[in-house]
Amino acid sequence: MKPGIAFRSLSRRAFLVSSGAAAVGIAFGSFSGRSFAQVEPFSPNGWVRVGTDNIVTVYAPACEMGQGVMTAMPLLIAEEMDLDWGRVRIEQAPYIPKVFGNPLFGGNMLAGASRTTRGYYELMRLAGMQARQVMIQSAAQKWEVAATELSTEPHAVVHKGSGRKLSYGEIAEFATVPASPPQFTREQLKRPSEFRLIGRDIARIEVPDKVSGAARYGIDVRMLGMLYGAVLRAPVNGEAPLSVDDGEARKVEGVRQIVRMPYGVGVVADTYPAALKAKKALKVEWTQRSKARAYTSEKLIPEYLQRARNLPDRGVLYEAHGDAREAMAKAAKRVTAEYTSLNVTHACMEPINCTARVDGERIEFWAPTQSPFGVFLAAVKAHGFRPENVKINVTLLGGGFGRRAENDYAVDVGFLAKAVPGYPVKMIWTREDDIQFTKPRPLIVQRLEAGLDEQGNLVSFHHRIVGESIYRRFAPPAFQASGGKDLPLCEGAYEPTYDYPNFALEQLLEERGVDVAVWRSVGGGYTKFAIETFIEEVAAAAGKDPVDFRMRLLAKDPRGQAVMREVMAMADWSRPRPAGRALGIAYSDIWETYCAMVAEVSVERKTGMISVHEIWSAVDTGVALQPKNVERQIESAVVFGLSGLKEKLLYKDGVPQQSNFHDYPVLRMNEVPKITVKVIVTDNKPGGIGEVGLPPVAPAVANAVFKLTGKRLRELPFDQSLLKA
Amino acid sequence: MITFAINGREMLSDQPSDTALLWVIRDELGLTGTKFGCGIAQCGACTVHVNGVPTRSCITPVSAVQGKKITTIEGLSPEGDHPLQKAWIAEQVPQCGYCQSGQIMAAAALLAKTKNPTREQIVQHMSGNLCRCGTYNQIVAAIQRAASQA
Repeated sequence: MKPGIAFRSLSRRAFLVSSGAAAVGIAFGSFSGRSFAQVEPFSPNGWVRVGTDNIVTVYAPACEMGQGVMTAMPLLIAEEMDLDWGRVRIEQAPYIPKVFGNPLFGGNMLAGASRTTRGYYELMRLAGMQARQVMIQSAAQKWEVAATELSTEPHAVVHKGSGRKLSYGEIAEFATVPASPPQFTREQLKRPSEFRLIGRDIARIEVPDKVSGAARYGIDVRMLGMLYGAVLRAPVNGEAPLSVDDGEARKVEGVRQIVRMPYGVGVVADTYPAALKAKKALKVEWTQRSKARAYTSEKLIPEYLQRARNLPDRGVLYEAHGDAREAMAKAAKRVTAEYTSLNVTHACMEPINCTARVDGERIEFWAPTQSPFGVFLAAVKAHGFRPENVKINVTLLGGGFGRRAENDYAVDVGFLAKAVPGYPVKMIWTREDDIQFTKPRPLIVQRLEAGLDEQGNLVSFHHRIVGESIYRRFAPPAFQASGGKDLPLCEGAYEPTYDYPNFALEQLLEERGVDVAVWRSVGGGYTKFAIETFIEEVAAAAGKDPVDFRMRLLAKDPRGQAVMREVMAMADWSRPRPAGRALGIAYSDIWETYCAMVAEVSVERKTGMISVHEIWSAVDTGVALQPKNVERQIESAVVFGLSGLKEKLLYKDGVPQQSNFHDYPVLRMNEVPKITVKVIVTDNKPGGIGEVGLPPVAPAVANAVFKLTGKRLRELPFDQSLLKA
Repeated sequence: MITFAINGREMLSDQPSDTALLWVIRDELGLTGTKFGCGIAQCGACTVHVNGVPTRSCITPVSAVQGKKITTIEGLSPEGDHPLQKAWIAEQVPQCGYCQSGQIMAAAALLAKTKNPTREQIVQHMSGNLCRCGTYNQIVAAIQRAASQA
């Protein structure tokens, strides 16, 4: 996905100079020359406000869910506007997609798919440069000198010729609309070597509140007169209530409303415990019609496998070059392997919740969401509010991992809020709700086949992925526009940096009635597991060293080779390990970031238990906005990936069999190895980073396990019983 | 009516006696730094101190704290400058941050008993607290930093 940023659109973006609470608006393009009277409501339609107190307020366009963008994105504006970071205040952007939308999401406001930095990197620097030009032009008019004679130092415009200097706050007192917007080109943006803020480790702005208890997540919203909500959904996705007996529920003290919903029953009460008590007392008979009733994990796998093996069924050809099938037929040697991965769920630490209030024709949300766009759609499409009557406040998120890119919670709370107009309702899912109403990563079967010539060179690579579609439900326009390609499902398998002479990626979509969804790294979590373990099998069949084999495939990609070399140096790859320990390596190239990883592993043969002792990772994400944060994001994704080696959400007849952390265990501190990350900074434009560390974890560990046991792990989660000896 | 002290102030709750202390703290008293995570004492996000003992407030009925002293993250130090909180900032521990109140309260209970815990002691004590962002190694580093500067 590489759409360019529409440079022209920036000329229509507003730039506001504010003076205390009342704002004087200065805008360009279609807004040019228009100013807002002080009595008119303040309508923030630009990225920056400059106060006469010399404080510059910058909007953060994407939600903060732990990835650090509340700091890193405003930093882009600060860099080009030449701000003193100590005089910057940051606010979460309101829902105004025309200004704050991410170009990589078609201008919608949505955080995910490792697209925040990639989407805003140029856009926000341009906005910052535009703002800096305005400050210069305003000072030039005041001093009656040519703007070209002026320059900036942090938070001030200076005229070197006369030694004069005005702070941005001083300029805000008299700044007026320039007759014409400042002219500049993207070539005038700073080069990485000129960066003063980008590339430094700047403390994250929301961290102090997160250690004092003051940070406000969605679940912490409190308002006068606020009521609490709980929702009972069908045990099987796609069912609806046939009959509801709410007699006992209505008797619970503090219950205000029992709300019939198309897919469930909601409760509104004075307190959350009362809402839960009433929910428990509901007696609901559900329809028995959903396709998902046939969804049983262990039955799905053989069916998917059969489809993967049925080569005449080509599904959708996602990507190809050369002719993989023909080259395979002619190959001197062929290697085939099949991989399965079960459903997994997000289990964000902050349970799913959302608050809303309906006032007449209007609805306002307080949402811990990755997708203000999705919340907006919930209001407009599911609940019929007019677009201009929808207000969305984005709170901090206690984890996202893709779960909060959905909008089911906003749909839920809309039903509850409509039932009690005038009252804010905070709806909270229990942890059991979170896991039972999961939108999991799809269950996937993959078949990989490689062809080798007489010399052991790889001549063909044929990758087939079977699974339920994510995009058909989640992003129908993108799905249809691409001709039925499911981008997250096939993530990590398309656009390989390995130079295969002949390549085919076939996507075989299923419809099984479960709402599968994105989960940190999505496809990368299983495709790289398959590719990076398979490539070692192919290298073995070719009689070649697995690292050398990869390096040859990366011959045209020096960045890929560099991260491989670096991680091997970090891990001291060739040093023999103590008996019972081995190293495994893996490589990933998704989200325009290069990442190589080595794991040091042992296996207890009596039980088959795998221990991961240490992880090293080298990453080249181009310009690293905050290098320390890049390290932390990699480490975070490594831990998520290690957790994924044992996580499984099993379905029986459409019902998830797990319900809370006791039966859906996630990684704990005593299971976490030492993790060392090296960030290789290059001048390339920044790639994504929030998901990058996950894909290489499983294959690096599995490749080490093979060295120790001779067993190839081809299932996620790992089946450790295979390793008993 | 149940009375108890929270962060040094006498409080009373008129919620039903089986109400989880967590909801009294968060919704009745408005101290939202203590978090709901699982409701079954598996994740530690709701950890508070009851008479100095780290306690899962999600499974503790409010009736169980009659006459007791409760400390939440908001009351750990008057200015939010407990050595652990300073160390948490110095190490830039939080990512999403949701579990960190519980992590800090668990760590404070450890340091109150064990001034200079070994890594093993830290890991053993802290493994009841989940962090889905995987900040575990930074938590260890912050506890060690706080211990070394106490």
